[in-house]
Amino acid sequence: MKVNDFSFLIGGEAGAGVARSGFLFAKACMRGGLHVFGTDDYQSLIRGGHNFYIVHASEQEVYSHSDDVNLLVALNAESVVLHKDNLVKGGGIICDPDDVELTPEKLGKTDLRLFPIPLRKIVVEELKQPHNVIMRNTVALGAAIAVTNYDFGLLEDILKDTFKPEVAEINVKAARVGYDYVRERLDDSFEFTLRKMEVPGGNGIFLSGNEAVGLGALRAGCKFFASYPMTPTTGLLHFMTQNERDFNMIALQPEGEIAAINMIAGAAFAGARAMTSTSGGGFCLMSEGLGMTGMTETPVVVMVGQRPGPSTGLPTYTAQGDLRFVIHASQGEFPRIVIAPGDIDECFYETERAFNWAEKYQLPVILLTDKFVLESEASTEPFDMDRVKVERGLLIEEQYETGDEYKRYEVTDTGVSLRAIPAIKNAIIHANSDEHDEKGITSENPLVTTTMTDKRMRKLRTIKQEMEERNVETVRFYGLEEARATVVSWGSTKGPIRETMRLLNAEGNVLNFLQVLYLQPFPKAKVEQALDKAKTTVVIEHNSTSQLASLIRDQTLRNVDHKILKYDGRPFSPTELAQRIMEVL
Amino acid sequence: MANLKDLDTSARVTWCPGCGNFGILSAFKAALVELGYEREQVTLVGGIGCHGKITDYLNVNTFHGIHGRVLPVATGIKLANPKLKVFGFSGDADCYDEGWDHFCHAIRRNIDMTLIVHDNMTLGLTTGQTTATSQSGFKSKSTPFGSVVPPLNPIAHALVSNGSFVARGFAGDPKHLQSLIVQAARHKGFNYIDVFQPCVTFNYMNTYDWFRQRVYKLEEADHDTSNRQKALAKSFEWGDHIPIGIFYRDDRLTFHDGLPQVKDVSLAKVPMEGVDISRIIESMK
Repeated sequence: MKVNDFSFLIGGEAGAGVARSGFLFAKACMRGGLHVFGTDDYQSLIRGGHNFYIVHASEQEVYSHSDDVNLLVALNAESVVLHKDNLVKGGGIICDPDDVELTPEKLGKTDLRLFPIPLRKIVVEELKQPHNVIMRNTVALGAAIAVTNYDFGLLEDILKDTFKPEVAEINVKAARVGYDYVRERLDDSFEFTLRKMEVPGGNGIFLSGNEAVGLGALRAGCKFFASYPMTPTTGLLHFMTQNERDFNMIALQPEGEIAAINMIAGAAFAGARAMTSTSGGGFCLMSEGLGMTGMTETPVVVMVGQRPGPSTGLPTYTAQGDLRFVIHASQGEFPRIVIAPGDIDECFYETERAFNWAEKYQLPVILLTDKFVLESEASTEPFDMDRVKVERGLLIEEQYETGDEYKRYEVTDTGVSLRAIPAIKNAIIHANSDEHDEKGITSENPLVTTTMTDKRMRKLRTIKQEMEERNVETVRFYGLEEARATVVSWGSTKGPIRETMRLLNAEGNVLNFLQVLYLQPFPKAKVEQALDKAKTTVVIEHNSTSQLASLIRDQTLRNVDHKILKYDGRPFSPTELAQRIMEVL
Repeated sequence: MANLKDLDTSARVTWCPGCGNFGILSAFKAALVELGYEREQVTLVGGIGCHGKITDYLNVNTFHGIHGRVLPVATGIKLANPKLKVFGFSGDADCYDEGWDHFCHAIRRNIDMTLIVHDNMTLGLTTGQTTATSQSGFKSKSTPFGSVVPPLNPIAHALVSNGSFVARGFAGDPKHLQSLIVQAARHKGFNYIDVFQPCVTFNYMNTYDWFRQRVYKLEEADHDTSNRQKALAKSFEWGDHIPIGIFYRDDRLTFHDGLPQVKDVSLAKVPMEGVDISRIIESMK
């Protein structure tokens, strides 16, 4: 009997409410005191095809999903076919016998527990909802609660909190019917159970990476958001527009990505904290505008959520193929900061920090994320509101006092000039995408050109100094100092890597893990240190040319020993990663 | 309040002698003085082209952006601080070629600002290529055998996009242009003024004389500016008689009217510390 260490997969056609059901089940687990991680896999279509959502719930902290499934809810025959081999010994399948007849012979497996439930018949005949066949998923959720011997009240509560009263009522009824069917009509013995834990004061919050970024932006005082829909960042656009009215801000969808980057530059020039989001293709369109923010020294935050390319690629899957692109995008040379959050918490806190970096150094800051971290949902502690304070840098708030004419691009030792915004008394601002003198007037003079280029690039030195002085966490290290191998990675591979570490380190100290959080400026000293201490190094990433390894070599002149690359659009599962690491060692 | 002298920067003007841009510059400066704005309240956005240099010559806040993107930058500025007086200066290639995407959307949104397009029907700064408004048959380095594509009609497009203030001026009549700019600035909504701006170096077809022989003022022709259909008909007038002046004006809601949460508020002044996200956090439990 295994309690509270559970992997649940629900699969079906698009339009069957798969992601929603996964979310509801995950939240019911969280409210029972468990740590939860949920991730979805869906195709680029609106109806049909195949979607699935995996929930990993445990008493211990969870960092990612698991490919090993304890309970499969299959809303169609295809789901059974596609996922039956992921089921562990003794795993269960909830399925409608009218979709597919479940027998050990048909499945080719004798060690599974089968729970055939006439989901469609129940919805049409018993619940009398022939036009709401989607409710099969709620019936199935109720059944899943019964199979795992979990607390029905937790599911009931989350249904009531999620839906409008009339909708909630019928859904609770549907779930109850599913629950009772299992209890009364089936042999419900099942070795994997869920038990509500006694956690005083409730537990955490359950949210997606997109939502965490959005919360970080709101908390950081972002007041202007302009974004064009593009998977996997569309969730952030929806989040911001929904909250526009409550937060005295403007969130809009412009006519395209070129409009978006130029609008946020204008808004930032006028003094608002401004942000946009997109994926690789949209960032291509933004490249010229990005350079404009670098040249005009306008602070903006751009979130790039990666998906497989090149070109349209796999719109709804995950990848890490844009690292080099994002670091180098746009013509000419200018400083930028690139941060790669690896989990929900980092999505929140690094977004807050991004706005500070942008305004203090008057440059673009890019949050480099991917579908896996943005659209996965996880439980976490409610965020610490005091960890990151708003820092606006050398911004004139009221009026310009000095007698001298205000110079927007005054050359300074730090590279950072005093920043006035339009309407500040006694200051006239000339922002210019042409090369310019200290006043912002166009200049083609060779000395001015060199001086201004040096001024802008000098900011990088000042940023690195600040990072050192304030001990900014530009990398994170997990595990013990001594280990057989050091995994080096960035972004959302963090979750599966940490799960894999738990798996492998149970047998002795196999792995530690260096997470590179800041990619620009590159944390050279810290990475060198970690590499030099490591017995052997393994870079893990979701691209085919190992872009992080090439960046490490560029910046530190060190090669890594091994590379584990996966570029099929899917995140690593811990068991898969453990296997590949052991093969390599 | 600015006077004419206050509006000059120390930059040397590099337009060709006789360029239509001089007429636009003097009309605009006179308009600013007439409007009585404080210099710090005025923000210009310029694009890339001969027109864009205007940002170097005026001692008000300016943003010299990239080719074709005057409108989204100006939109961002105005939305962030609606108290600013925002003017966009674009060119025919900048606005009707590269930036065409933004033109209709900015007009639809009806952001309260004024767009002045230096329409010389050629690309001046890159040495005279053909643009969206170049006349049929225009010979240039990019159409050496004469352009075979008829020109766009941006006035018509502006009217069809629900433009709430659509006008045309002529750099050869700065006094008239000044009056258009003043009326535009005082009008609440997206004010669009296409300005015939003879390029004395590269446009051998549409010269000062060519325009003077053809343009006539709508206000002297009993034109009803409150009728969009009539304005549209006028926008198709070309050839021997070309109308200038206000084609159409009305008072419809601006984009800001649809943003009750930030109306008349500078986003830079909304407190950034201590933003309360607890309600959202609660809903995620």
